Amino acid sequence: MAEQDRRRRMEETKKQWEEGSLKKVLNRFPERNKVFVTGSNTEVNRLYDPFDLIDFDYIDELNFPGEYPYTRGVQPTMYRGRLWTMRQYAGFGDAEESNKRYQYLLKNGQTGLSIAFDLPTQIGYDSDHSMSHGEVGKVGVAIDSLEDMETLFNNIPLDKVSTSMTINAPAAVLLAMYIAIAEKQGISSSELNGTIQNDILKEYIARGTYIFPPVPSMRLITDIFDYCSKELPKWNTISISGYHIREAGATAIQEIAFTLANGIAYVDAAAKKGLDIDTFAPRLSFFFNAHNDLFEEVAKFRAARRIWAKIMKERFDAKDPKSMMLRFHTQTAGCTLTAQQPDNNVVRVAIQALAAVLGGTQSLHTNSRDEALSLPSQKSVRIALRTQQIIAYESGVAETIDPMAGSYYLESMTKKIEQGAMDYINKIDQLGGSPKAIEKGFIQREIQNSAYQYQKDIEEKKRIVVGVNQFQSEEEPMKDLLKVNPEIEKRQTEKLNKMKKKRNEAKVQKELKLLRKTALSKQNIMPSILNCVKCYATLGEICDELRSVFGEYRESLKI
Amino acid sequence: MKNSIIRVLVAKPGLDGHDRGAKVVARALRDAGMEVIYTGLRQTPEQIVETAIQEDVNVIGLSILSGAHMHLFPKLMKLLKEREAIDIIVMAGGIIPGEDIVELKKIGIKEIFTPGTDTNRIIEFIKENVKVVR
Amino acid sequence: MKLSDRIRQGDTRAAAKLITMVENDFQQAQKYLKELQEYCGQATVIGITGPPGSGKSTITDRLAKHIRKIGKKIAIIAIDPSSPFTGGAILGDRIRMQDLSTDKDVFIRSIGTRGQLGGLSRSTQAVVKIMDAMGKEIIFIETVGVGQSEIEVIKVSDIILLLLMPGMGDDIQIIKAGIMEIGDIFVVNKSDREGTDRLIVEIEMMLSLNDVRKRNPAIIKTIGTENIGIEELWQEVERLNVYLQDKGEMQLRRKNRIRKEIHDLFLENWQELFFQFIGEDNIENEVQKILKQDIDPYSAVQKLTEVFKKQIIKGG
Repeated sequence: MAEQDRRRRMEETKKQWEEGSLKKVLNRFPERNKVFVTGSNTEVNRLYDPFDLIDFDYIDELNFPGEYPYTRGVQPTMYRGRLWTMRQYAGFGDAEESNKRYQYLLKNGQTGLSIAFDLPTQIGYDSDHSMSHGEVGKVGVAIDSLEDMETLFNNIPLDKVSTSMTINAPAAVLLAMYIAIAEKQGISSSELNGTIQNDILKEYIARGTYIFPPVPSMRLITDIFDYCSKELPKWNTISISGYHIREAGATAIQEIAFTLANGIAYVDAAAKKGLDIDTFAPRLSFFFNAHNDLFEEVAKFRAARRIWAKIMKERFDAKDPKSMMLRFHTQTAGCTLTAQQPDNNVVRVAIQALAAVLGGTQSLHTNSRDEALSLPSQKSVRIALRTQQIIAYESGVAETIDPMAGSYYLESMTKKIEQGAMDYINKIDQLGGSPKAIEKGFIQREIQNSAYQYQKDIEEKKRIVVGVNQFQSEEEPMKDLLKVNPEIEKRQTEKLNKMKKKRNEAKVQKELKLLRKTALSKQNIMPSILNCVKCYATLGEICDELRSVFGEYRESLKI
Repeated sequence: MKNSIIRVLVAKPGLDGHDRGAKVVARALRDAGMEVIYTGLRQTPEQIVETAIQEDVNVIGLSILSGAHMHLFPKLMKLLKEREAIDIIVMAGGIIPGEDIVELKKIGIKEIFTPGTDTNRIIEFIKENVKVVR
Repeated sequence: MKLSDRIRQGDTRAAAKLITMVENDFQQAQKYLKELQEYCGQATVIGITGPPGSGKSTITDRLAKHIRKIGKKIAIIAIDPSSPFTGGAILGDRIRMQDLSTDKDVFIRSIGTRGQLGGLSRSTQAVVKIMDAMGKEIIFIETVGVGQSEIEVIKVSDIILLLLMPGMGDDIQIIKAGIMEIGDIFVVNKSDREGTDRLIVEIEMMLSLNDVRKRNPAIIKTIGTENIGIEELWQEVERLNVYLQDKGEMQLRRKNRIRKEIHDLFLENWQELFFQFIGEDNIENEVQKILKQDIDPYSAVQKLTEVFKKQIIKGG
């Protein structure tokens, strides 16, 4: 009875407020806009109150941290136990320079490395390939053969660090090199800890560093799942990424919908291959974007955890709770950085990083303020790292678990995003799953429409970007931008040529031939690749061999 | 019946796959009544120049975020000159530092648009610079 | 050097410029087309049509690569739709043909429909001539989709390949209604997919209703993305080409095309003349009268035509 009385009182009071003071103010001072929307164009109400959460079931929808559906976080203590990993993506020039940088970072207490590879490496070209000109060592480190990897990890004990590698199409080759180095260091592969991105579907959708067509690409991925479940049990075999999908212009809802749909496709592919779900699913990890709209982003992370848990339990019948836990890395949104008044970007990054932490991320990369202008300078990278540290040690948000839970707005938004994402996932299921939806161009088109809308909104000033379409000011061009040494390409090519003269050429050719045979068969390809890298076959040679068997992917236009 | 339409080649040289900007611009140009030839990712300077000539475009728009612009753009301008096609206007966009912009303008790139540019500015630039007989 | 001479020597730039002129100002372009006419008629023109998603660009790309191995010079006309509202277009077919773009014996030109039906088939024909005069031996025309307007355009070809793919559902019913008749060769692309056999049976059934005296079109299975069936497809094209030549059918087709060309050109000239003479004011005048129910549109046009006729006779 008391419950009903309270409800009636609330209804009456709300009505009084609406017809009384609210109406009076609205009549005299109309609101700024007719409709208010989030950063992703989702409508936002004037007010959220208990009426928005009338059927809210705490246990079903949130539950306690570390409990299904993990909305409040995947661990029972979250940041009270251990802070998130501050993992700054870095790498440039050649292996020697990067190695120095990693050693410096490790000496200063960092335990996780995050390796950026240059574009030729990501697309499986050696540094002397004609397509590599001008790109060697630019956006990351150049790796041509095991020799470069040896230099890259020189004096770094692979059993003591966790290494995250942003590598996709040739992930199997780089992973094989990593295993080979561990072997040389006398470390068993079962002790290796780290992540490869290995998410090809989002390359077709948004990032563009693909090599092979979808079918052989999926085979490479499931071969890795299978191999690692036996040989590298602590390795995260994939980082299913929404980051780039969001950067390409997707909304928050689209980001998690398309990422989780890709996740479903990988699980399906592995299951089809006969792998037991609970052997590989606990090693799946995710990678999301943190955008500007604070509440929407926090809601997005929470919704993603809840959806994935339900999918794994209900759709795939996973038994191990670890299979249901969505663990993720976050990077702040590069696309929100402005070339105008770049110092303002520090503030944007702070808000985005806060969203990631309030959303319960496992690790975080914060962007540097000058990234809309060039590769980040050392000073800018430091500010970005300090931003995370201020959130961790000064803001107080890490002292309690999921502090925004229970907010009428946040919980309503979490629900809304979950529903929106599920609608997309169902649509993609109807199209035959995400690989089919990508082939039909559905996902790309949805993203491009959002990107175009966003741009139009800015141009029509429906959306304000400080310093870009409002509050502009005259400014001095930014100084101290980072320049990559143009000599690197030459140096790298010379090293490559020298290495090729030293190696046992007959053995290389023999192993490449065997690789070809394996590629044509149904056998797991990992052992053959491992044999190739061990005798110093180059990344380009291995990928060329695979290109000749698998063919190359060609994008299609979906505008 | 004369029916002149401005033709623009939107191209992505270099290996980076970030085509959000290129596609948004392509669409905006189409909506402004232009014909846009879009050739996709990983285009070499040779491919771009040859395509521009075959398609007889008025403008080439280059989009690059990989940092290889100082290598690829001069090569492209040299090829255009060799093919006697410097009447084609070349513009570029992407992550290009200020000091490089100065250099690139010296070799004949007419305009460089940095992130945050209004697409209407690009449209105006093209309309001002392309002399189409009407 | 004269523009037409440069084109005859295979100058890409000159040819590309004339194509632009054809699209922008046909009256002016005619001057040059006249000079090229005597050098035309050597190329084989192959039309590639089919519903969206059937893989037209991929098949064109693969066929082109295959033919390049034989050493023949190629041109490709890729047609994409223009926006009816702005006249703009995104022409993206080249995306599938990237490897061909630096082959100096391949000339690819993307064309927007520019919303003028008769105009498009007329300018496509002119573009074919320019490429022909350049010395291209095989010219492909790739259309947007399979509507009525595409059929008009594709009829510029000597041989038409109709692409279909399994899993189109009831779409084949729609296609049957208009365009199945124009296919000289049926290409079942993406033939690794479910429903391939059923599609072939459907095509065969439909073809069995054809005139028995005619040669039944071949049905070729391909998987464009994997380069499967391309060689067989090209062999069939060559076989059919010989057959059509022998039977005199090719000559007949070319004759019909010339007739149609004259028809189109004539119509356009007269149309322009007519509207120039009548003037927008007179038309507006009649519109007003029709609105006021003073006259019906049939009588209005009849009246204007009479005026025009009299003027022509007087002038002649």
